[in-house]
Amino acid sequence: MMREWTQIEAQSDFPVLQRKINGKPLIYLDNAATTQKPNSVINAISDFYATSNANVHRATHTLGEEATHKYECARNRVRKLLNAQNSSEIVFVRSATEAINLVSHSWGLSNVQPGDIILLTEMEHHSNLIPWQLLTQDRGARIELLGIDDSGLLKMEDLDRYLDERVRLLAITGMSNVLGTINPIEEVAKRAHEVGALVLVDGAQSVPHLPVDVQALDCDFLVCSGHKMLGPTGIGVLYARQKLLREMPPFMSGGEMIKEVSFTNATWSDPPSKFEAGTPPIAQAIGFGAAIEYLQKIGLARVHEHECSLVEYAMAQFREIPGLEIYGPGPDHRGGILSFNLNNTHPHDLAAILDEQGIAIRAGHHCAQPLINRLGVRAMARASFYLYNTFDEVDRVAEALLMAKRILTT
Amino acid sequence: MSQAYTERVLDHFQNPRNFGQLDQPDISLEQSNPACAADRIRLDLRFEEGEIVDVRFSGQGCVISLAAASILTERIKGALLADLQDLSRDEFLEMLAISPRASQLKCALLAPEIFREAAYGEPEWPR
Repeated sequence: MMREWTQIEAQSDFPVLQRKINGKPLIYLDNAATTQKPNSVINAISDFYATSNANVHRATHTLGEEATHKYECARNRVRKLLNAQNSSEIVFVRSATEAINLVSHSWGLSNVQPGDIILLTEMEHHSNLIPWQLLTQDRGARIELLGIDDSGLLKMEDLDRYLDERVRLLAITGMSNVLGTINPIEEVAKRAHEVGALVLVDGAQSVPHLPVDVQALDCDFLVCSGHKMLGPTGIGVLYARQKLLREMPPFMSGGEMIKEVSFTNATWSDPPSKFEAGTPPIAQAIGFGAAIEYLQKIGLARVHEHECSLVEYAMAQFREIPGLEIYGPGPDHRGGILSFNLNNTHPHDLAAILDEQGIAIRAGHHCAQPLINRLGVRAMARASFYLYNTFDEVDRVAEALLMAKRILTT
Repeated sequence: MSQAYTERVLDHFQNPRNFGQLDQPDISLEQSNPACAADRIRLDLRFEEGEIVDVRFSGQGCVISLAAASILTERIKGALLADLQDLSRDEFLEMLAISPRASQLKCALLAPEIFREAAYGEPEWPR
């Protein structure tokens, strides 16, 4: 049965979407890499610099108090977005990558022992793979992988195979940045907890595109990234249960993260500041807060619905193109990400020819080389959608793909 | 017609010149371009008294990297090694008469850089 197709009127909020590329209106479909920014986010950042710029915490002047207030409001917006119990469970970092590295260093080095297992999946981004490679190599532990089936869905039976008391952590993406697969985190977390493993969710793709509730998922850690959800670059989030953050040693050290310091020793402040050494990305956090406000006005459930409609429509359109192969599951199990190849054409050539038509897609291994190889190809083209994309744009992409096919295969 | 995908570039891609491998090359070098999905090109070269007397290329890649390799084999066959040694990167691309877009520069340079390293043992271009 066809879904009811939803539309979100948002393009006029995004100045860059008014641009023309090579004389054609820009169609931006590289949202899994980074998203465009609405005026409200751009203004929140420039207003902060124009009116309230100061360093946060400890300042007793007006600007310092305003900056601190705005920064902490942004933290509270993240707390509400993720439905965390307490804003002290929200640590601001530079990126989702940094958040995972924080966990692999701080929690990992003090908890993972020789012989332990870190359980991942075959669809992880390099950022949720390489930190665990380094940790397990350092600790004499090892990585095991939950497989995917031919349609790109997680093999749930692999949980029976790998989950036992040696597994210290299951680190899993909420949504694959290549296949768009949405993973059943709640069920996976429940199973992992039964054997005493902790669960880290890489929310870089899921948090921007669908409602995510850390209490409902019952995950122990969740990371996400501001710039993939309308916010600026340089801001990411680590959510972790309060108890874990209290037990974990600092990752970075320096100013702000201390209680008391002598020349030879120091004690740590409480989370989250224990993990926010140095001057944080203040304007970026404030911009991120504005991005969350924008998303919540529309509602993430609506954003998800809209992207599901778009991807379902795009899959139907693309299937009309002879020789086009789509990777990943059907529309019921995926978000707004569509990876594909066209005959024997190289995805870089597709991306370059589409760009001449004003269309921005991505080509390559999408920072998931093992997954791409597992699927038996060297590279893929990827169109990834967001709330501002439209059905007309999908039509234009399909036309441009047909044109690229004519150019490259005559 | 497309800006980067000119008729000439597409012709070299679809009908590559000097494609294949030499039986007894003086030097054979294969390299990949991690920036473009691990494309690989191999260049086989044969020299006589400082002249490039034969050249073949093989491998896989995008249109730009394969067309650039094909054009390169045409241009360097019969040339003197000494005449090409001092060409800067841009002069070399000018000689091949290809002007890639910024994101495809590494693709266009894959074969030229393999040639530089194979012929002169130094991957860096003269300034």
